[in-house]
Amino acid sequence: MRHVTVSEAATPVRSAPDMQGAHPAAADYLAIDNIWKSFGDFLALKGVSLSIKDGEFVCFLGPSGCGKTTLLRAIAGLDLQTLGTIQQAGRDISTLPPSKRDYGIVFQSYALFPNLTIEKNIAFGLENANRPKAEIKARVAELLELVGLSSQAKKYPAQLSGGQQQRIALARAMAVSPGLLLLDEPLSALDAKVRVHLRHEIKELQRKLGVTTIMVTHDQEEALSMADRIVVMNHGVIEQIGTPTEVYRHPKTLFVADFIGETNQFPAKVTDTGRVALGGTDLVCAPHDIAPGSEVTAVIRPVDVIPHSLDGTEQIGTPENLIDVTVDQMEFLGSFWRCRLASPRFGENILVADFSLNAVRRLGIETGGQMRAELPQGRMLVFAKAG
Amino acid sequence: MSVATATMPRGRTLRPQLSSDDMVKRGLMLVISLYLIVALALPLYVLLSKSLSTYQFDLNIFEIQRSDETGTNFSPARTVADLNAEVNAITPDQLNTSSDGRLHVTGLFQDFSFRSPVKYRIRATTDNASFLVGSELKRGKDWVELDSNTFRRVVLRPVSTIGLDNFVSYFSTPALAKSIGNSLLMGVISTVLVIGIAFGLGYALNRSRMPFKSVFRLIVTIPILVPSLLPGIALVYLFGNQGLLKNWMMGYSIYGPIGIVIGSVFFTLPHALLIISTALSVADARHYEAAASLRASKWRTFWTVTVPGARYGIISAAFVVFTMVITDFGLPKVIGGQYNMLAVDIYKQVIGQQNFEMGAVVSVLLLVPAVVAFFVDRAIQKKQVALLSARSVPYDPKPNPGFDWGCFAYCSLIAAFILVMIGVCQLAATVKFWPYDLTLSMRNFRFDLMDGGGWGAYHNSIKMALLTAFFGTVIVFTGAYMVEKSDGFRIGRSMFQFLAMLPMAVPGMVLGLAYIFFFNNPANPLNTIYGTMTILVVCTVTHFYTVSHLTALTALKQMDREFEPVAASLKQPFHKLFFRVTVPVCLPAILDIAIYLFVNAMTTVSAVVFLYSTQTQLASVAVLNMDDAGDIAPAAAMGMMIFYTNVFARLVHGVISRFLLVRTQTWRKR
Ligand SMILES: Nc1ncnc2c1ncn2[C@@H]1O[C@H](COP(=O)(O)OP(=O)(O)O)[C@@H](O)[C@H]1O
Ligand SMILES: [Mg+2]
Repeated sequence: MRHVTVSEAATPVRSAPDMQGAHPAAADYLAIDNIWKSFGDFLALKGVSLSIKDGEFVCFLGPSGCGKTTLLRAIAGLDLQTLGTIQQAGRDISTLPPSKRDYGIVFQSYALFPNLTIEKNIAFGLENANRPKAEIKARVAELLELVGLSSQAKKYPAQLSGGQQQRIALARAMAVSPGLLLLDEPLSALDAKVRVHLRHEIKELQRKLGVTTIMVTHDQEEALSMADRIVVMNHGVIEQIGTPTEVYRHPKTLFVADFIGETNQFPAKVTDTGRVALGGTDLVCAPHDIAPGSEVTAVIRPVDVIPHSLDGTEQIGTPENLIDVTVDQMEFLGSFWRCRLASPRFGENILVADFSLNAVRRLGIETGGQMRAELPQGRMLVFAKAG
Repeated sequence: MSVATATMPRGRTLRPQLSSDDMVKRGLMLVISLYLIVALALPLYVLLSKSLSTYQFDLNIFEIQRSDETGTNFSPARTVADLNAEVNAITPDQLNTSSDGRLHVTGLFQDFSFRSPVKYRIRATTDNASFLVGSELKRGKDWVELDSNTFRRVVLRPVSTIGLDNFVSYFSTPALAKSIGNSLLMGVISTVLVIGIAFGLGYALNRSRMPFKSVFRLIVTIPILVPSLLPGIALVYLFGNQGLLKNWMMGYSIYGPIGIVIGSVFFTLPHALLIISTALSVADARHYEAAASLRASKWRTFWTVTVPGARYGIISAAFVVFTMVITDFGLPKVIGGQYNMLAVDIYKQVIGQQNFEMGAVVSVLLLVPAVVAFFVDRAIQKKQVALLSARSVPYDPKPNPGFDWGCFAYCSLIAAFILVMIGVCQLAATVKFWPYDLTLSMRNFRFDLMDGGGWGAYHNSIKMALLTAFFGTVIVFTGAYMVEKSDGFRIGRSMFQFLAMLPMAVPGMVLGLAYIFFFNNPANPLNTIYGTMTILVVCTVTHFYTVSHLTALTALKQMDREFEPVAASLKQPFHKLFFRVTVPVCLPAILDIAIYLFVNAMTTVSAVVFLYSTQTQLASVAVLNMDDAGDIAPAAAMGMMIFYTNVFARLVHGVISRFLLVRTQTWRKR
């Protein structure tokens, strides 16, 4: 049996607004070309290229150690890439020191100066010889207002909660109106409730200010809910770049399918007709260009499995990939039922499916019962076996 | 995607463009590296090469001609060796000499008279040979013609060869070589005793509920505040020839190993206790709970949990103590009597006999155990840190009256030992003539009537300690910041780290002698600081660099690594961050460094004893010199002046630290 669970529950995907629409024909603001980074013999980045449009919110998503921070630090000039160029707003910044680049940054630790008040922390970047005091004060007030912490101005960082510190760090980074905002796991040090709340706040703020933003995260939900585009990384390479719906609906690699959302994975073989043979059943699947006879992994997400009763009264249209199954186990997970479905056709494998409470009630699905499961062809993904 | 097989394309790897901040940081690091090179590496190098240089007169490389009474007809040229073969005026053991060696040649001519009209010609036959005519140095193969009166002032200079001859002659001189065994023996005995005593103290302070813990902690730090000469003086008063408790010695003499061991216990105890106490205080309560639940006996728990838990602390403390004992100079100088120790030998060779090469040999020998101890200690420290960072639950001892009062009695005994030693010096300093006339008197404080520098020496010491504390703190903290908080420049940074750690392995006597060799060389442009306050400050800062550097590093490592990137992204220069955030946050550590340097500058003898001049006499050296001259009571009085000053400095430090803590506690609490 092979079933991979990535997070607690499959998230209903909220599709983010399409940025191409919001910023028509925006030019590439940041162009990253063939970045390599080595730490001794170890290659942390292996030829990474991508471009980011003006005003876009991009998430670098991937498991821990895949090189997200390394890429972000290269963009910030904190850890120079070994090879490759980076252009920001048409300017080659590949080898510039951090102080010559144009960005604000928020670290996981927030790095607030402990001995300075909130006010002074935010003003830190504003204090230049020729800027009048009153102007600084006004700007600080404006930023405090923006992050909703005006009442805390005179406090020290240690007196604030984690979420408040996070917002102060954001305000400090935005104080000098940088062209690019870099966030390295900004929410990971916070507890779950605050995290969800702050997701919206950060996204809201970013939309308001229109600043091009890159956020590093290993949390797929965070990336799906906040990003305009997601850059999925693994082992120092980009697996896929796309909008949240693209990477969720049309993952280009098994890794992406597996990392974002949950999957059932079955070993299968491509037939002469382009279908996949799975335990003696030929299933229709999404279009692909894998040669007949290849060993593949067939993938379907638990939420994509459609339940039917045995007598087929539920059928609408002409469902394909209908398989008779036995309900082996059911687990109530609050907003849905997670069912483990067995069938001689799957052999040893178990199909995990998430059914709504409604469907379970309507179809009378129960442990030990018989039913039919539809694996919609558009949702059946096929990936060539690695190696 | 062929991830596994990806290889990086060949091409020029990128080099970062440096910001002005990077340049400034590297520049500062370079300056401080240069400081350490000039103040440490080069002198040590010169010292090493001195220890390997031997000087001999080579009689074969000089030729002499002699005229008749008319002063015009010269005899054929003959080598000095040839001439000496006939008259044996120069004995073979005269040929071995030092770098300052000078050899007169008139003895070769038995009928020599400076009034005679006979003339002489002399020349060297090789390029490295040289001789002096008066104070004028002559080289080369040209004949120098001199009348008899001038020929009287001709001296040959030795040639130097590199080799182990000095070491050979050291080891073939039993009186000298015996010191190695003596030093090692004293080191081992004192270490075993001190570790035992300190472990008992540490155990009592950390594992019992006895009363007055903080009083005991305070008393045990007293020895840090006095020069190591002072316990020697106290022992002289207690057990010396006119000592109060002389008959306790049962016929043995305090001058020698017994005195050295007792004195060493006194002045190394605080250092050992600090290390062992830290090791014991981080013990994990969970181990004890586990042991209790297994119904292990107290004794078994002690040997299976307590001792292993503190083992790194114990080993580390042992090495520190051992190094301190064998490298200390003040104590064996005062109480050692005829019992020779390496550190004192250096002093005797250099100050007593002006034999600098032999001083260098002893220095190199003293350097060996110190360097070994240093590397072992570093290796252990790393493990200890790993142990520290593990999450552990502090152990909270439960009351146990019998045990607690036992601990109290034990600590009282140790405290009494320390207080008696100090008290004796205090008494001796403030009575007329111990132990015969015990009326109170301040006459021992009339230093101006004694040799040793008088009150001027005391004022010099204060000045030196203040300068050391100020410049030392600035240099050390800046250096530590540059090495800890800058990127790239790996080689430079690790070289700097090495230089910063090196002083710990260099005993004070060795450093002082190295300074003589390096700075007292007329060819060195830095020669001008020789004999000034500057060289004393430089020497002392360097001598105590490592501990200060480690204190600064520890504080800096606790600062968020991302402060610098944040400041750079906000386009703020690093010095703004440094002064507005780094320094204020690290202020407690900075003050600790300053007080550490101040106290040590007040008490140090070993390095500066070679370097002071008549204008820059120091209180600690005055203690030594007055004791040497037999003015023991004034020596004790001066020692107590150092003690009072250090106590006062500590109080000031304590008040400032407390004030800071109160002022900053709003943002310090986490
Ligand atoms: N300074 C460094 N030296 C050596 N290896 C490093 C260094 N920084 C990161 N790495 C390695 O590079 C890989 C990518 O790290 P990173 O970019 O921090 O991952 P993440 O995606 O979790 O942010 C990891 O395997 C990490 O161990
Ligand atoms: Mg990371």
